[in-house]
Amino acid sequence: MRVVADVGICQGHQLCQGEAPDVFGFDEDADVVTLLEEHPDESRRADVATAVKYCPAFALSIEED
Amino acid sequence: MTLDAIPEVSTVLDDQDPSVPAIIKGTGHLPEMRVDPITLFHRVREECGDIGRFRLADKNVVLVTGAEANEAFFRAPENVLDQAAAYPFMTPIFGKGVVFDASPEERQQMLKNQALRGDMMRGHAQTIEEEIRKMVANWGEEGEIDLLDFFAELTIYTTSSCLIGKPFRDQLDSSFAAVYHQLEHGTDAIAYVDPYADIENFRLRDEAREELVAKVQAILDARIARGEVPKEERDLLDVLIAVGMDADYITGIFISMMFAGHHTSSGTASWAMIELLRNPAVMDDVVAELDALYAPDADGAAPEVSFQALRSIPVLEAALKETLRLHPPLVILMRLVQEDFELLGHTIPAGTVLAASPRVSNRIEDDFPKADAFDPGRYVDPRQEDLQNRWTWIPFGAGKHRCVGNAFAMMQMKAIFSVILRDFEFEPVQPLDSYRDDVSKMVIQLAQPARVRYRRRTS
Repeated sequence: MRVVADVGICQGHQLCQGEAPDVFGFDEDADVVTLLEEHPDESRRADVATAVKYCPAFALSIEED
Repeated sequence: MTLDAIPEVSTVLDDQDPSVPAIIKGTGHLPEMRVDPITLFHRVREECGDIGRFRLADKNVVLVTGAEANEAFFRAPENVLDQAAAYPFMTPIFGKGVVFDASPEERQQMLKNQALRGDMMRGHAQTIEEEIRKMVANWGEEGEIDLLDFFAELTIYTTSSCLIGKPFRDQLDSSFAAVYHQLEHGTDAIAYVDPYADIENFRLRDEAREELVAKVQAILDARIARGEVPKEERDLLDVLIAVGMDADYITGIFISMMFAGHHTSSGTASWAMIELLRNPAVMDDVVAELDALYAPDADGAAPEVSFQALRSIPVLEAALKETLRLHPPLVILMRLVQEDFELLGHTIPAGTVLAASPRVSNRIEDDFPKADAFDPGRYVDPRQEDLQNRWTWIPFGAGKHRCVGNAFAMMQMKAIFSVILRDFEFEPVQPLDSYRDDVSKMVIQLAQPARVRYRRRTS
């Protein structure tokens, strides 16, 4: 899978970091999400999917490779 | 630059009709928007497609629907599409000069940083659980409530406590909720002609605001008489007093902070209850989910509501999302075009009002099959119709402006229903199709009566 973060609409809530801190980071200066791992291992799917589902800005998505 | 190429919706209520108040005669679609805005907005899409227009007095309103146009609408920066200028009915409610010192974007950022931070949610969840338990403490074994009265009062306490502070909330009673409701009721679309017109709705609005200022003044006087308190006991009111703001200004700030979270949460809780009563099978599933979730384990320990409300409760969440899709608290979102704006091959000139409609987009049949049906199954994998349609599933708006309080709001709904559905069962006391919205104001509220009966559950 490929994780996509739309920094044009990210509001900087940082909830995704709580779900998958190895996949999502944070740019303090820009107040938006960063991707630490664009192609996480399949074993991380559940946590990444939760982060996508609960993102308050709907800024995250998963695309299948 | 003209709007001629964009089709205009038909007129069903003549703006010279005898039923139209004199002050809005000749204002195009404004008279219809005051009595039946939902039919008007749906008709724009039916007749004109993804982009159509109607007229409010001297303003052309271009209403867009569908993913492509909505995305352009929601992605546009504040300096191109301005929010504040499009809502003239809000200025007299907040008070002149109060809110627009900061742009909506800055205020949203402030709110997020100060009161809606992720690490503050646990405390908010505890506060909300306490408030709901206080509200039902005197319910007894059975009785009746009006959904609007009940949820409007509850959400005054939760929003004031979480956003302003517990000491302030503790000085409020149901009369504050009643006056605040009167203020929300002052959002008559006649404001598009003159927000200070000498009409009954605006007189009531201004009286309500004065009453709120008097209530805040009394609280403020008591704080000053009491003198300084230790830092950890202070709330936002103490801070604002310390920097020398007067009661009128402080009231305006509080109204503006609570506004976005109040009628929206109150209406959503009410409609969730109504939809669960209309769909008993869904109610059964939700109650079964909650019973299982909060069942004590072998050691007699059960999760607390304030803990669980911040976590996944999938069946309840799906029911809440479906409620929001069908009954979005805001039916139209507007922006004033500040510089010419390209949209779907048209150039929208500066000075036009551009609008998107959650009510219409949320029911686009291609995106939401059987769009008028209440079907929480839409949110289950793999359908996920909210994530699949992130530019048309828009009860919270979308993009950079997406409601900054949506996680707070969902948590609040989960806490409310976790408490009331485990302790009580509910039934309608009026025909199920008689529950409806009063759409005569820009802030839509449940029409009364909206009564339901409760009975304490026997386990």
